[in-house]
Amino acid sequence: MSDNGAIESVVLAGVGGQGILLASEILAKAAMIAGNDVKTNEVHGMAQRGGSVIGQIRYGKKVYSPLVARGTARVLCALEQIEALRYAEYLAPGGLVVVNSQTITPVTVSMGAAKYPKDVEAKLRSVFPRLIYFDAGKRAVEVGDIRAANVVLLGALSTGLDLPMEAWKRAIEDSVKPKFREMNLKAFDIGRSCA
Amino acid sequence: MQILSGNEAFARGVYEAGVTVACGYPGTPSTEILENAVKFKPAIYCEWSPNEKVAFEVAAAAACAGARAIVTMKHVGLNVAADPLMTLSYLGVEGGFVAIVADDPGMHSSQNEQDTRNYARFAKIPLLEPSDSQEAKDFLKLGIEISEKYKTPVIVRTTTRVSHSRSIVELAERVENTRTIGLEKNPPRWVPVPQWARVMRRTVEDRLGKLRADACSSPANRIEWRDKSLGIITASIAYQYVREVWPEASALKLGFSYPYPDDLIRQFAGSVQKVLIVEELDDFLEEHIKAMGIACVGKQFVPNIGELSVTTLQASRAKMEGREVPAETPTPFADELPARPPVLCPGCPHRGVFAALGKYDVIVTGDIGCYSLGAFKPLNRLDIILCMGGGISMAHGLDKAGDKRTIVGIVGDSTFFHSGVTGLMDIAYNKGCSKIIVVDNRTTAMTGHQDHPGTGQTLMGEPTVTISIEEIGRACGFKRVRTINPYNTNETLEVLNEELSVKEPSLIVSRGGCPLHEKKKVGPVRRINQDLCKACRACVRIGCPAIDGGQKKPFINEFLCNGCSLCQQMCAFGAISAVEEKL
Repeated sequence: MSDNGAIESVVLAGVGGQGILLASEILAKAAMIAGNDVKTNEVHGMAQRGGSVIGQIRYGKKVYSPLVARGTARVLCALEQIEALRYAEYLAPGGLVVVNSQTITPVTVSMGAAKYPKDVEAKLRSVFPRLIYFDAGKRAVEVGDIRAANVVLLGALSTGLDLPMEAWKRAIEDSVKPKFREMNLKAFDIGRSCA
Repeated sequence: MQILSGNEAFARGVYEAGVTVACGYPGTPSTEILENAVKFKPAIYCEWSPNEKVAFEVAAAAACAGARAIVTMKHVGLNVAADPLMTLSYLGVEGGFVAIVADDPGMHSSQNEQDTRNYARFAKIPLLEPSDSQEAKDFLKLGIEISEKYKTPVIVRTTTRVSHSRSIVELAERVENTRTIGLEKNPPRWVPVPQWARVMRRTVEDRLGKLRADACSSPANRIEWRDKSLGIITASIAYQYVREVWPEASALKLGFSYPYPDDLIRQFAGSVQKVLIVEELDDFLEEHIKAMGIACVGKQFVPNIGELSVTTLQASRAKMEGREVPAETPTPFADELPARPPVLCPGCPHRGVFAALGKYDVIVTGDIGCYSLGAFKPLNRLDIILCMGGGISMAHGLDKAGDKRTIVGIVGDSTFFHSGVTGLMDIAYNKGCSKIIVVDNRTTAMTGHQDHPGTGQTLMGEPTVTISIEEIGRACGFKRVRTINPYNTNETLEVLNEELSVKEPSLIVSRGGCPLHEKKKVGPVRRINQDLCKACRACVRIGCPAIDGGQKKPFINEFLCNGCSLCQQMCAFGAISAVEEKL
């Protein structure tokens, strides 16, 4: 029926400023290097002021929509743990979920107008049968910089996709400054081993 | 081949088309076009103009003189530039002229979701609608070509999803404009006084006819024949969704959508059994196609509010086919998920002004910018917003209507230069007594930190004059002009006490640089001494994301804190102090 073949969709969810843009760029480049058509979407403006944000990446033989439809993401990755629940509707049945155990308190909670959910890990496990849940920031510190947490997570989520390692490596080398290359490659490997 | 966002692709197109003048005013989702175009300096002269009208006029004149020129803005910016738009249509141009206008269906970062396509019909000029990054680049170049062929301004309309999505683009070389630059001395061509404007008016109509014929044969409009039981007419990003939701249907994909390519539409509609129109926002195509006498369906199934998506169109398809619309997947633990609304950043200088204003019974008219966030809890210090510059003039309107409370207008620095100055004149000239606060954070912050006439730097990266808000205030006839440091609560309150009590207009400039832009902390990080804290939550009420008030006694996230000390000044118990720097 369709002329665009199988399309892989990935949703990255988090809070403005967590590095979703870079993660999305690396993933898109890896997909292109592996010979795919690729489209991504990102959030700018108002939503970035500490708001909840998502990045969407789709690749395959021919991609039309840059947006991921409900229930079709092969991988959902949350850079902040409860954001995985907020965007759960995107996940395809049987899809992989990668969650950073970090908590970023929303201002609604700081003000006392809402509560941060308890037992997040248990909740995630009850909703997502294929879950990788770990402290990506801690693993990033091991390679030298907490800001590489996004790349650690990319390493973990790469296990749910079919892109060759070589494409990931070239995409990372191409997307970060030379002096951070080694560290980000290590961060990716550590993430992959956490899966 | 490169993966480019729609806006990066527009900038590349501007370069390849041989454009030499590019102007605009920042506005999501259009901002990155000029930010990327300036990377091609000195081949392209780029400027942030004070507002969209000025930007439009600068680019228009350049094109009248034979240069290739573009102007960028968001949808509401074209309202500001509508005056020159409508008459440039009459004057026409010599060098190619394209206005790239970015709509925001779904209002991700806007105050309304007006459909810019209506402006093309209103101004009687061609309209191009790219649906991905490759088309963004190609259509910009096509726009310049059409503009030069018919000596007409052209609108290229983009949307948030076209501008902020990335896809693969093939690059090409730049083609220079070979015209000699200089305005031809020919008043009947360039001066729309009535006797000459009437001649121009006919030219506009003749041009539309020729453009309509061109639109029918344009490569930007194409028929994709598949199954002919359903034919879908669509444009812009909606085309991409259509291809996934109705992969088997024939499609007329419009990229050059105004003047409406009537013959092409007739040909397509006559070859399929049923016609469906899928377009985002207004029924811009549908209304016309129905008026042509073609039976079709559209907005009865496709929403006219908000943006479309594969998911919304799957629902449209189900409705059209009489099937049950698939139910929405409920968000797990939805009741327990705290909302994460955008907030003023830690260390934001606006917070001090809102916190201080919270102590007065005043009505606050606001404006468009980060400080719009002052309307939310816990600050709750903004009562009405209309449009750019409206924060000043609306204060005057409430005052003249007889609202007995003191009226305070709040406007940002970039917004003040954009369209606040005329409102300021109005207050002084017409003997108002509003109090205007310009929250000057030294940048156009919300759109990602662009320069403006008060920053002392141009988009080309050159140092320039810094225009003084205080001097403008005095020149506009304000006798009372004050400058405050918003990080000093006592000083802020002292000045507000004085200025809010006098019966004459007052201009207060609250000056503190955006810490996000200056990339440095305001001061040393603060910490709450849990033994001294009485859990009164005064610090929590300033709505700082660095203060975690989730427990009885709040604490400060030292990673997020920008050291503005506002919380410390709110604390009556001396529980908050600076963390000693480790040496």
